[in-house]
Amino acid sequence: MKSLAELEKLRDITKKKIELRDGDCDYRIVVGMATCGIAAGARPVLNALIAEATEAEYSCTIAQTGCIGMCTLEPLVEVFDKNGNKTTYVLINPEKAVEIMREHIGKGNIVEKYTVGSVKR
Amino acid sequence: MERLHALVCAGTGCTSSQSALIIERLNEELVKFNLQDEVKIVKTGCFGLCQKGPIMAIYPDKIFYCHVSVDDVPEIVSEHFYKGRPVKRLELSDIDEITKEKIFEISKIRFYAKQKRVALRNCGVINPEDINEYIAKDGYQALGKVLTQMTSQAVIDEIKRSGLRGRGGGGFPTGIKWQFAADQTSDEKYVICNADEGDPGAFMDRSILEGDPHAVLEAMAIAGYAIGAKHGYVYIRAEYPIAVERLKIAIKQAEKLGLFGKDILGTGFEFNVEIRLGAGAFVCGEETALIMSIEGKRGMPNPKPPFPAIKGVWGKPTIINNVETFANITQIIINGADWFRSMGTNKSPGTKVFALGGKIVNTGLVEIPMGTTLREVIYEIGGGCPNNKNFKAVQTGGPSGGCLTEKDLNTPIDFDNLTALGSMMGSGGMIVVDEDNCMVDVARFYMEFICDESCGKCTPCRIGTKRMLELLTDLCEGRGSLATLDELESLGNSIKETALCGLGQTAPNPVLSTMRLFKDEYLAHAVDHKCPAGVCKNLLTYSIDPLKCKKCSLCAKNCPVDAISGEVGKTVFTIDAAKCIKCGACLTNCRFNAVIRG
Repeated sequence: MKSLAELEKLRDITKKKIELRDGDCDYRIVVGMATCGIAAGARPVLNALIAEATEAEYSCTIAQTGCIGMCTLEPLVEVFDKNGNKTTYVLINPEKAVEIMREHIGKGNIVEKYTVGSVKR
Repeated sequence: MERLHALVCAGTGCTSSQSALIIERLNEELVKFNLQDEVKIVKTGCFGLCQKGPIMAIYPDKIFYCHVSVDDVPEIVSEHFYKGRPVKRLELSDIDEITKEKIFEISKIRFYAKQKRVALRNCGVINPEDINEYIAKDGYQALGKVLTQMTSQAVIDEIKRSGLRGRGGGGFPTGIKWQFAADQTSDEKYVICNADEGDPGAFMDRSILEGDPHAVLEAMAIAGYAIGAKHGYVYIRAEYPIAVERLKIAIKQAEKLGLFGKDILGTGFEFNVEIRLGAGAFVCGEETALIMSIEGKRGMPNPKPPFPAIKGVWGKPTIINNVETFANITQIIINGADWFRSMGTNKSPGTKVFALGGKIVNTGLVEIPMGTTLREVIYEIGGGCPNNKNFKAVQTGGPSGGCLTEKDLNTPIDFDNLTALGSMMGSGGMIVVDEDNCMVDVARFYMEFICDESCGKCTPCRIGTKRMLELLTDLCEGRGSLATLDELESLGNSIKETALCGLGQTAPNPVLSTMRLFKDEYLAHAVDHKCPAGVCKNLLTYSIDPLKCKKCSLCAKNCPVDAISGEVGKTVFTIDAAKCIKCGACLTNCRFNAVIRG
């Protein structure tokens, strides 16, 4: 390393790797992984979310949770933004998961058609 | 992508309770569930709550697991890492004082709520064996800042303005020390990190080096730039193998990235660090003895002046700072002197790390702003004495310090207040003593330590401390008299005035301080030949009250030397004083309070 600029560049790269310990991420994504979720295919959804987040280097943490309650609408994915606003996506499959990542996490646009509000309607 | 980080403490404390095995087992279990790419196990430094170790922190959940055993690992992996259900029974929690509800939030748990971690900021947060994690936490930015934006004098001025004082015990202003060395003209100068932590019960320096070695190394380079040195030594005892290992790894990684060596960050500045291992002699923490030891000679102190800043290692200007002092430097450079001064008291700004030990619920490492009261540290953070015993005193400053009692509990802790109360800050060991401890015995313990550690160069320390130990032993074994007390006091005072170095000059402090504060305990030993706390065995007798004895034989069954005789249900039991080893087993086992200790 031959300059401060190089050091700063390295810091920005390494910072991303430990971001989830600081809680500084823009989004927190939670996948319902109780028996109902797993049976409905939550695991491939989780894998798809992780793969997409890795590739695009989104600022988010991905975690599982227990039963969210609407077992008929599993797999469920909840997205929390920095202000604690929650968006609940239902009946998600890996393809929809990728779309949510690109639109919602990547560009900040909620994918209305998959939200619990529009599906229930 | 990693979605979960599990940080496992790999400090000396948790390592001794198998944290290395836990890490190994975690990685095995992760493979079973095919989670190895999603969950990262990180080895980290001390979380401070050593009492509850081994400790594991889970992010992003922000959960602490405590007392984790190897057998808990499968459950943690299958329940928490795989299914997302935290293992409640292992979670660190506290009871909310008002609502009486359990709280799990780390920042609200009393042990952490009052703490302010500056020197320990990365301990338990990063992997000390990975320089990238340190860099992610703004590591080496302070060095970059001083090399590109500040003159040497500006660095010294900033440290002076911060009011940082030496954390090793003396409390000497760090900036002034640096100025002395910077003002010398010499072809070579040296920066030494004093990691020869010797006070019984103090382990903050070890924990910092184990948890965040780069913070100390970076600060040494900054000090080198400030005073014009290009060579540094870390003087550390070989008894700290984990810290030594992590330092070696850290130096190697920093050299590889070009952060140590020649032309650092393209600025032309050169700095190298070497590790020097000490054999664990207490006196080598004294700076002139430390220098002798680095030079390969027998570690013995020399008279000052000349001070090391003028004539130090190899006869060249040298600054010697303690590990914790260095750990504060980078933060002062990055955040500024005013930020540092905003913490602590006017004359003692910043924070201080204390090692809580002895009769206290939360044994461990705490970092608090100066000016916090002893009561807050001992009761709110430390949780008070275990088993509802009464607090008697707290010993600070190790073998050079003294005791503080109940009446001092509301004193804000800083360098000057502790000295005014007849004790001292020292390196920050706090040993809590309760009603079951005998103060004469405590004083004797410290004197025994000093006798072992006296280097023998000067007569007052070599012979004087030995004579003091003999007098204390006389008291503890029932051979004392009022004359013993007078002799102890006058001998103590003359050693204070005549010994060569700090070790000898402060050696009588624990005795003189306890004599002053616990006069009646000393008198009981000297005149009545009794030990009120029931510790000094030679002064104790055990007997059984025939009126209270229910002839149950429980005492006899528990006596390890068969000194108690009697027949169950027929005769009262008696103790044969000639056989009795005064272990107290009969006293603790008797259900009818029939055993009398006199």
